[in-house]
Amino acid sequence: MLGYIIQRLIQSAFVMLAMSALVFLGVYAIGNPIDVLISPDATQDIREATIRHYGLDQPLWRQYLAFLGRLLQGDLGRSFVLNIPVLHLVLSRLPATLELALTSVLIGAFIGIPLGIYAGYRPESPASKAIMAASVLGFSVPTFWVGLILILTFAVNLDWLPAGDRGPTVEIFGVGWSFLTWDGLRFLALPAINLSLFKLAMLIRLSRAGTREIMLSDTVKFARAAGLTDFTILRRHVLRLISIPLVTVFGLEFGSTLAFAVVTETIFSWPGVGKLIIDSITSLDRPVMVGYLILVAFLFVTINLVVDLTYAVLDPRLRRGRRV
Amino acid sequence: MTKALLQVRDLRTHFETRAGTIKAVDGISFTLERGEILGLVGESGSGKSVTGFSLIGLLDPPGRIAGGSVVFQGQELVGRSQAEMRKLRGKRIAMIFQDPAATLNPVLTIGQQMVMAVQAHGGTGQGAALELAERSLARVGIPDAATRLNAYPHEFSGGMRQRVAIAIALLHEPELIIADEPTTALDVSIQAQILAEMKTLAQESGTALIWISHDLAIVSSLADRVIVLYLGRIVEFGPVADVLRAPLHPYTRGLLDSLPAMADPGQKLRQIPGSTPSPLNVTPGCPFAPRCAHADDLCRSEPPAVGDQHHGAFCHHALPAPA
Amino acid sequence: MAQFWREYRENWIATLALAVVVLIVAAALAAPLITPQDPYDLANLNLRDARRPPGFVGSGGYVHWLGTDAQGRDLFSAILYGLRISLQMGVAAGAVAFGLGTSLGIMAANIGGKIEQGIMRLVDLQLSFPAILLALVLVAMLGQGRVPLIIALVTAQYAYFARTAYGAATAERQKDYIEAARATPLPGRSIVLRHLLPNCMPPLIVVGTVQIANAISLEATLSFLGLGLPPTEPSLGMLIANGFQYMMSGRTWISVYPGIALILLIVAINIVGDQLRDQFNPRLRR
Repeated sequence: MLGYIIQRLIQSAFVMLAMSALVFLGVYAIGNPIDVLISPDATQDIREATIRHYGLDQPLWRQYLAFLGRLLQGDLGRSFVLNIPVLHLVLSRLPATLELALTSVLIGAFIGIPLGIYAGYRPESPASKAIMAASVLGFSVPTFWVGLILILTFAVNLDWLPAGDRGPTVEIFGVGWSFLTWDGLRFLALPAINLSLFKLAMLIRLSRAGTREIMLSDTVKFARAAGLTDFTILRRHVLRLISIPLVTVFGLEFGSTLAFAVVTETIFSWPGVGKLIIDSITSLDRPVMVGYLILVAFLFVTINLVVDLTYAVLDPRLRRGRRV
Repeated sequence: MTKALLQVRDLRTHFETRAGTIKAVDGISFTLERGEILGLVGESGSGKSVTGFSLIGLLDPPGRIAGGSVVFQGQELVGRSQAEMRKLRGKRIAMIFQDPAATLNPVLTIGQQMVMAVQAHGGTGQGAALELAERSLARVGIPDAATRLNAYPHEFSGGMRQRVAIAIALLHEPELIIADEPTTALDVSIQAQILAEMKTLAQESGTALIWISHDLAIVSSLADRVIVLYLGRIVEFGPVADVLRAPLHPYTRGLLDSLPAMADPGQKLRQIPGSTPSPLNVTPGCPFAPRCAHADDLCRSEPPAVGDQHHGAFCHHALPAPA
Repeated sequence: MAQFWREYRENWIATLALAVVVLIVAAALAAPLITPQDPYDLANLNLRDARRPPGFVGSGGYVHWLGTDAQGRDLFSAILYGLRISLQMGVAAGAVAFGLGTSLGIMAANIGGKIEQGIMRLVDLQLSFPAILLALVLVAMLGQGRVPLIIALVTAQYAYFARTAYGAATAERQKDYIEAARATPLPGRSIVLRHLLPNCMPPLIVVGTVQIANAISLEATLSFLGLGLPPTEPSLGMLIANGFQYMMSGRTWISVYPGIALILLIVAINIVGDQLRDQFNPRLRR
């Protein structure tokens, strides 16, 4: 098991290296950063001084190595616009996004998996067909549109829930969280629901497909022949068997949730990293873009690692070094 | 005469498909006494497995019992709700399947799966259930049963896995176990071991056994009586010794001739000519008529009947017994 | 083919969805003929007509059945023209991604070795990275306009085609008939074109259908975030974004009607794709 963990850690480091190169190339090499850095009416001297200062006269690979060196020291540069360290900026916005993403993934899992299992268990029933129809909607309707409708319905027409901003937070370890107060939850509700719908639809589909397949398997037949109730079979056998593929998707989806938070945060003015990247794109704030992308890549790699390790826990066939 | 454990009368199981109705089981009747071992033999598609699933009420849709009756210990099972059948399954009628690698859940320990099977019938505590599971494992010859409860299915060999499945079937000491080709996926040497053990276990506990197999040789070493199925109908039935020594039906004869163990040394193995026809268009007469060397117009129009209740064949031209 | 169509019609929802798609595409194609106004011609716009509710008779002398937007555009006309743009973007991006992805996938499956590994690593890495982020970054770097937008959409989507084509081609290559074709003196190219590609088509068609819907959705999202096409050519996403600020004051139609058009289109395409998937999937066949 330990060897496996080390092996996966090394792999993850390589992926991170590749991602940092891609991000560097993508953001720094395509397009001309000089245009952004230097005002058009600067003198030639200032131009050259700035270029030297940022190392832009160096060959690309040297620039990348310098970039990598700073990255390893946690230095992602300073925001052009706000003139504060990017790492600080991104990290201060991250908890809001993590809280939003985690809440929506949990909503998706706790509602989507049971619904999907039911739809797979009774594929022909009207309720299952309704569930599937709803999931097609959740899958295809764009997130931003659902957000608009949620605001229109619950904030404008019914006036039940707030539609913008984060509301009050409670500080724990110097980080503000919304979910600890009733009022904070009210602010969290609409954005979290908005972000969760896609996940919900996806988890419904996956658990339905898995359940359908497993219900026809010999494992279920044998369990039935032993007199187990269908409820026990679903709860103990099916849930356990579909949890293995679900964990993978869950992990990947958590990553894409962070990405889709961009849209939700914009609509609901949620002060997370998603809103930050949109602002930095519109203001061409390259260091912030790079910082955000590196961070997302890092989160992705970490999630993948955690997913793989969870795999090993869930599927005993993958556990190694077990004494037989 | 004491009441039989199981009486099946004219059982019919149909599958409604787009192409038409498949009569997988088409009027099967038999009786099973307590502690008796019955072999149910036939090729694939003969309806032997469907018969087993019909008895225990586990037909996959679109299959359904279209008619007939199954009386188990004086109670009619056909028409019972799934909830009532569930109380019977595992408790009084158990079933084991062909591939133990597929039947046991790979991500749960043997102990967890056995405890579930125990607790499916009444609120046995965790400790008592584990104890029962351990005893059952020991009974089917699994060494070191207490520690093996914590193992996962993939940590067992194929033969051991099937023993675990048998142990699960034995948990509640059922009156009847239906075994659907449980040794087919195993090595020949392990097959023989398990057959011998099953026979002993059935005798010790007085459990009746329906052994479903395509292999007459296996059944002959195990069963008291045998029923030969062809296209959902019984073609021949009788005590194993009689059927093997003096098969009455040309189909049974053909099956025996194709067995290496039954042929004389040096003699070529014979095949039954032709192949099993589609179950969608069965002839009105004897189902075997299209492949039978003895078939005539009578065979093709009239379904054969049978007189003798001990050993008989549904055939218009039953073969003469050897001298 | 007739058999396929008969089976398709057994599902009335899918049939309805197909009808909706055909209708929307036809309406978008015929937009200049059936709309009362050219919404891109600024000379037609009158600010006095701005933000009028549905049914209002404007200075142009015709009824604005779906109301007008903040610039006084007739919404019905704007929606049909917006659909044109959304469909153009979706189909163009889908087609390029299809071509690029399929070629890469089949190439990887056919050549094998290092090239196969290289291509598929890249594809997998990209698949694990959310499409919307890629598209966002690309649009931010390349600027606004049709070509940058299509490049962004293609980059976000080609990997799905590559994965699908690769999977289908590897499975197909192991079958006997390809082996048999290899034994004949046919050149490799013609094996790919005549045998491999046609047999990989069913899954690719399904992915293609769904990806057109996704491209339209992604384009709308980017436009909504202000990173799509320039405001002079409003696609559906931008129409919705423009109406967003008026939603709170009760002028909901400016966002809602373009939204309904967008969703009808996307959902209908997805339902068609779902039905195709079911029909192509031999495992679900009885």
